[in-house]
Amino acid sequence: MKLLGLAIVAVTGAFLIWATGEFPDWGDPHSPASLHVSPRYIEKTLEETSVPNAVTSVLADYRGYDTMFETTVIFAAGVSCFILLRLFGKEEPDTVHYRHLLTGLTIRVRRKREGLEQLGEFERMDSVWTPHDLILRTLSRFLIPFIQLFALYVIAHGHHSPGGGFQGGVILGASLILMAISQDMKSALDRLGERTLAMLSAIGVSVYAGTGALCLVLGSNFLDYAALAEIFRVDPVEARSLGIFLVEVGVGIAVMATMILIYHNLASQGRLDEGL
Amino acid sequence: MEDALQLIISKYNYWIYITLMMIGLWGVIAKNNLVKKIVGMSIFQTAIILFFVSMGMKKGATIPILLHGHAAHSSPHAAEYINPLPHVLMLTAIVVAVSTLGVALALAVKVYRRYGTLEEDEILEQIRKS
Repeated sequence: MKLLGLAIVAVTGAFLIWATGEFPDWGDPHSPASLHVSPRYIEKTLEETSVPNAVTSVLADYRGYDTMFETTVIFAAGVSCFILLRLFGKEEPDTVHYRHLLTGLTIRVRRKREGLEQLGEFERMDSVWTPHDLILRTLSRFLIPFIQLFALYVIAHGHHSPGGGFQGGVILGASLILMAISQDMKSALDRLGERTLAMLSAIGVSVYAGTGALCLVLGSNFLDYAALAEIFRVDPVEARSLGIFLVEVGVGIAVMATMILIYHNLASQGRLDEGL
Repeated sequence: MEDALQLIISKYNYWIYITLMMIGLWGVIAKNNLVKKIVGMSIFQTAIILFFVSMGMKKGATIPILLHGHAAHSSPHAAEYINPLPHVLMLTAIVVAVSTLGVALALAVKVYRRYGTLEEDEILEQIRKS
């Protein structure tokens, strides 16, 4: 079986390397990928959307449908993680958690054993008491606000610098995941509960789709942000830039909530009690 | 010799991605443990992402954020900026890859709960027995 796999991999790799003879050279400005639509995007983006970052304008405007359904895919992934893993029943009361003092490993024992505690190497844990590390806690408390501020900057400044909803949303999610790792999952869930997270990921997708639908209501095509000019009282080109910003905020909220939801469910195997 | 060197310089990036991709494929095909298969899938995705991003590269061009304001000339030339399209596609692909990785790990957790193992042959044996 392994030999067959190796043969398949070797043959496929050899064919692919042989095919690279036909590929454009690295950094070739006349490669086919750079000839058809991309010059138009670069040359027209300022004129049509007033967004200097071509990546943002292509992401949210020229290819708006694609991004909308990518956001939906992320939402669906979050929901399926939740459905697959979440356990709603209470944990059976006869299991007890012990922490190994030397290594910090946590073990779960089916029945309470007196012998383990008398060894002197294990410490009884319950859901009220969780181990904590002073340096880790203090440092992460200090860092998290800055990470979140940076995330907001990345979302809001995506028009003029590298950034946007996806990147900023992931950073925002990472800050809360850092909190769940460095303190414990309970305190992270106190800040942003499971219900709120699920709502937020749905709201993010709805903000995106709602912006598109609003354009439809105002008598234009779906996701044609020029129609928003009537609401914002600006010229249609400026309205595209604002529409892109709305959409990016929606993407940011959805990505943040989904990342945290996936982390919480995976790290605690769906019990949402203690986490890693 | 000159030709060979030229070939290596102009095509070596593809060879790197193909090597990475084949490492991922090998992981998916030959490894027995489900988590190792998932790791292989992630390596495969990374190879594809690197391949796409390198397709957008143009020699002598800068990042696709247009100069604007008083200092810049009015109409940008496509040759001065790298191709934004692969960046857009991969930007979404990275986040989707992370979410699908989450779903794959969730499925692995489910499999472990049901069978008590993540080794493929042991799972197949248990399925055959029942």
